[in-house]
Amino acid sequence: MARVWIFGQDINTDQIVPGRYAPYMLKQEDDLRKYPFVEHRPDFAGGVRPGDLLVAGNNFGCGSSREYAPLALRMVGVGAIVAPLFARIFFRNALNLGIPCFTADLTGQLRDGQAVELSLEHGSLLTDDGRTIQLPPPPAFLREVWAAGGIVPFYRANGRFPGEGV
Amino acid sequence: MAMTLSEQILSHAAGRLVRAGEVVTVDVDLVMMHDSLAPSIIRVLHEELGAERVWDPAKVAVVIDHVAPAASVQTAEKQADLRRWARAQGITQLFDVGRGISHPVLVEEGLARPGMVIVGSDSHSTAYGCVGAFGTGMGTTDIALAAATGRTWLRVPETVLVRAQGSFRPGVSAKDLALRAARVLRADGATYAAVEWHGVEQLSVMERMTLATLSIEVGAKAGLVPPGGYRAQGTGHREGIAPAGWLDDVPEWLGVQAGAEYAQVVEIDLDRLEPQVSAPHTVDNVTDLAAIGRVAVDVVYLGTCTNGHHEDMVAAARVLRGRRLAPGLRMLVVPASARALQLAVEDGTLATLLAAGATIGTPGCGACIGRHMGVLAPGEVCLFTGNRNFRGRMGSPEAQIYLASPEVAAATAITGYITHPQEVL
Repeated sequence: MARVWIFGQDINTDQIVPGRYAPYMLKQEDDLRKYPFVEHRPDFAGGVRPGDLLVAGNNFGCGSSREYAPLALRMVGVGAIVAPLFARIFFRNALNLGIPCFTADLTGQLRDGQAVELSLEHGSLLTDDGRTIQLPPPPAFLREVWAAGGIVPFYRANGRFPGEGV
Repeated sequence: MAMTLSEQILSHAAGRLVRAGEVVTVDVDLVMMHDSLAPSIIRVLHEELGAERVWDPAKVAVVIDHVAPAASVQTAEKQADLRRWARAQGITQLFDVGRGISHPVLVEEGLARPGMVIVGSDSHSTAYGCVGAFGTGMGTTDIALAAATGRTWLRVPETVLVRAQGSFRPGVSAKDLALRAARVLRADGATYAAVEWHGVEQLSVMERMTLATLSIEVGAKAGLVPPGGYRAQGTGHREGIAPAGWLDDVPEWLGVQAGAEYAQVVEIDLDRLEPQVSAPHTVDNVTDLAAIGRVAVDVVYLGTCTNGHHEDMVAAARVLRGRRLAPGLRMLVVPASARALQLAVEDGTLATLLAAGATIGTPGCGACIGRHMGVLAPGEVCLFTGNRNFRGRMGSPEAQIYLASPEVAAATAITGYITHPQEVL
């Protein structure tokens, strides 16, 4: 099962990856995997496992356009992010990288460290105390991009942008 | 039916009438990338998208501003690679170390113009709204796609209208208006929307950029000021922004239309507006300066695309003329562009700032991203004219960053604690 990591509201991209840890500043870009939440939550990068779920408060990912913030989360295998509202650029970047983002407020329904199972296909969460939480289905054009694995494979396969010519 | 500025520009770019809420694909007029993200944009362009060339080198601008001059062998090497790449691609619009921050530079160069759609690899690309362009920030992959295809996709935003009335009192300026709006709207108040700033015809182009850049801090996709009116105010041309004349060249289809629909209207009375201060660690944590109490400051930092313009240095110099920095306080001035620095040299502004004890940095982003040129130590307090006071933004996560106007910055530099400009004038 996946583990839930609870975050507060207005988590900005400087908290996800401070500018000083940008790939631009690193000797090896792969080192980025060591730095998600390096100052905000130092136990995260070492403790997160592939498929784990981030459950956050309002306005997740606000601030800069740095795609290396969601990229760092993808490098450590974050399975999905759930928040009541995502900042716009972060949402696009995560979508482009193929990280599923669900718009829902679950901070009061799950606890940090809780075990859950995410079904992307059904858009639902099964918790270790036997509850099933239905996530709101994302719009069709988002699901198309997820299914392709991100915007680049989507564009290469279809030769068009999401929502275009359909 | 009446349309917002965003609807007008995106309709023009899409080649058909589009309304808020629609997902559209549009042609872009300009793609901006900077040194911090260019290496990854170039990798996505060539390796992931398989594109050999950008779609139109005349419509791509490359700016080295985020770590300028280079602070390490790694950044120096990446900048050298970037120069070679731009040359190989036939991109002549490369603005190198010292030319300044992408946003004012592209306006000064006449590359950002009214009615354009401009995408940049920097969240403060909302800046181009200062000339009535739809500017928006995007990440690596979106910018690579735009550079490869000349197009992008987006949802046409609803618009939040901030309407100012009256005129600024002495010591109060565009920054206070923008922070006041952030105080009302909060950090997520305009997410997925555009902000339009009305009632600010009295502001110069770069003062309008203060409003446009801070639009992202309430979550906005774009932040537009209705273009025009600069000549009447004697601003813009006076600053030698090139090429002369284009700023008043507003497309006939672009302008505020009576009856346009706004998702929300925020009214701000400038006659009663007090200096605003954004306290750590979120931009919307704003109060009147009068309510902030006595906050001792170690560093005053004047710079960034928000408030590092010539006007901002002039405003600070007006307060600092004939005065000295408070003992133990340091003041860094990092002009937003070489042009701003040149003007400050020519009119004596720089001499005033240096005589007061301030020091000067290379035009560019400076310490705004906490990488070099004034990084903060644990426990230090900075009064910053920039746009973000996030924990760790300028260095140590144990530092405290307060955002305010250049006038407040200068007054604070004299007393050593956050100070109302009227107190020292």
